[in-house]
Amino acid sequence: MTEKTDPSPILIISELVKSFSNQRVLDGINLEVYPGEIMVIMGGSGCGKSTLLRHIIGSIAPDSGSIKLFGQEMTTLDDKALNAIRKRFGILFQSGALFNSLTIGDNIALILKEHTNLDATTIEIMVKIKLELVNLREHADKMPAMISGGMKKRAGLARAIALDPKILFYDEPSAGLDPVTSAQIDQLIIDLTKKLHVTSVVVTHEMDSAFTIADRMCMLDKGKVLKVGTRQEFEWLRDSDPADCPSEQDRLIRQFLRGDAEGPITERKLTSDYEEDLLMASLKHEK
Amino acid sequence: MLNPHDIIKNVRNEGSAVVLELAGEIDMQCSTELRGEIMAILQEKPSALVVNMSQVTFMDSSGLATLVEALQWSRRNGGTFRLSGLQENVRNVFEISRLESFFEIYDSEAEAMAQ
Repeated sequence: MTEKTDPSPILIISELVKSFSNQRVLDGINLEVYPGEIMVIMGGSGCGKSTLLRHIIGSIAPDSGSIKLFGQEMTTLDDKALNAIRKRFGILFQSGALFNSLTIGDNIALILKEHTNLDATTIEIMVKIKLELVNLREHADKMPAMISGGMKKRAGLARAIALDPKILFYDEPSAGLDPVTSAQIDQLIIDLTKKLHVTSVVVTHEMDSAFTIADRMCMLDKGKVLKVGTRQEFEWLRDSDPADCPSEQDRLIRQFLRGDAEGPITERKLTSDYEEDLLMASLKHEK
Repeated sequence: MLNPHDIIKNVRNEGSAVVLELAGEIDMQCSTELRGEIMAILQEKPSALVVNMSQVTFMDSSGLATLVEALQWSRRNGGTFRLSGLQENVRNVFEISRLESFFEIYDSEAEAMAQ
C-alpha cells in the first residue's frame, strides 16, 4: 500500500443505508480511503457499487449514515457548499459525460474558465497538457461525436483532472475499452496516484484492471461490504484452493475474483421455490 | 488569495542573468500572480532567467503551464530559461506531463548558472 503521509482518511463512509422502492440497495456500508491510495470497489451487477459512488459525490442523499470527504459531511451540505467541494474532486463517468456542442479541448477549457481566474494562455497550455496526458492532444479540435467511445472516455478523464483534484472517482474506467486503451488508463490512474499523490476510488468489475491498479480493494455484495483488504489479500483468495476458503463469504469472493461459472454466487440463484413456481404456472393454465 | 510574494522568495541579478527563487506551493490560487512577476522580469530581457525551485514543495498544472509560457517569452527575447533544484514531487509533475526534456533542468542553481 502507498506510504501514508497523512494518517487521516480522506474519505470516511459510516453505516450508509439507502433503499429504492423498499429494496435496500446499500445496507450499512463502512469504508475508509486514505490519501494517496487507489481503492478499488468491486462487486457483481446490482451489488450497489455505482449507487455508492453516486452517494459519495453527492448526487444521491442516503436514508441514513454518514459520508465525510475532506473532513466535511457530504450528506448535509447545501448546493453551494456541495459545488465548492466538487471543485476538489474529479469524476470520470462511464460515458465520459462531455458537452456535445463543444470541442474536446473546449470541454476541458470550460471547467478551467468557470472555476479559476487563470489567464487564457495559461488555460490553453493546461488544456494541451491534460490532453497529452491521455494521448488526445491532436484531437483537441474534434467534436465528441467525431471520436470513438474509448477516446471519449479518455477525454472525460482529461476533463476530470482539469482542476488538479486531490481525489478522483472512476466509474468503470475500463468498460468498453480495447485492451491497449484500458492498459493506458490503468497506467494513468497509477501515475496520477503515485507521482502526483492523487487519491483514486475506482468502481469496476474488470478484475484484470482491478488487480493491476489497486492498493486496497473492497468487495460489495447485496449492498453490504463483504471484505476490505489489500490487493495481496485478495490475490491470495483468488489463487487459493477452495479447501483453504472455509467460509461461504470467502468462497463467494473467490468465485467472483476468478470469474468461475460454478460457486456460491451461482448456487444461490437456484432458488428453492423454482419447482413450485413452475407447478403453480401450469396449474394456473389448467383452469 | 495568496500574495505572490509568499511564493517569490527572492529576485537577484547575477551579471546579465536573473535568479528567481521560489518557495512554497504553486497552485491555481497564485499562478496568475506568479505569471505577472515572471513576465515583469522577462520584460527586462535578461540573458538568462534561472528559477531556483529548491524550496517549492508543490506545483500543479497551472504552475507548469505558467513556466511553459515563461519559457516561450524567454526564447522570444533571445534569452535562456533554466530551472534548478526541483524536489521529487515537483519533478514528477514535469515527468508525468512529458515535459522534462522540454525545459533545461539542473540539480542546483550553481549548475544552472554555470551553463
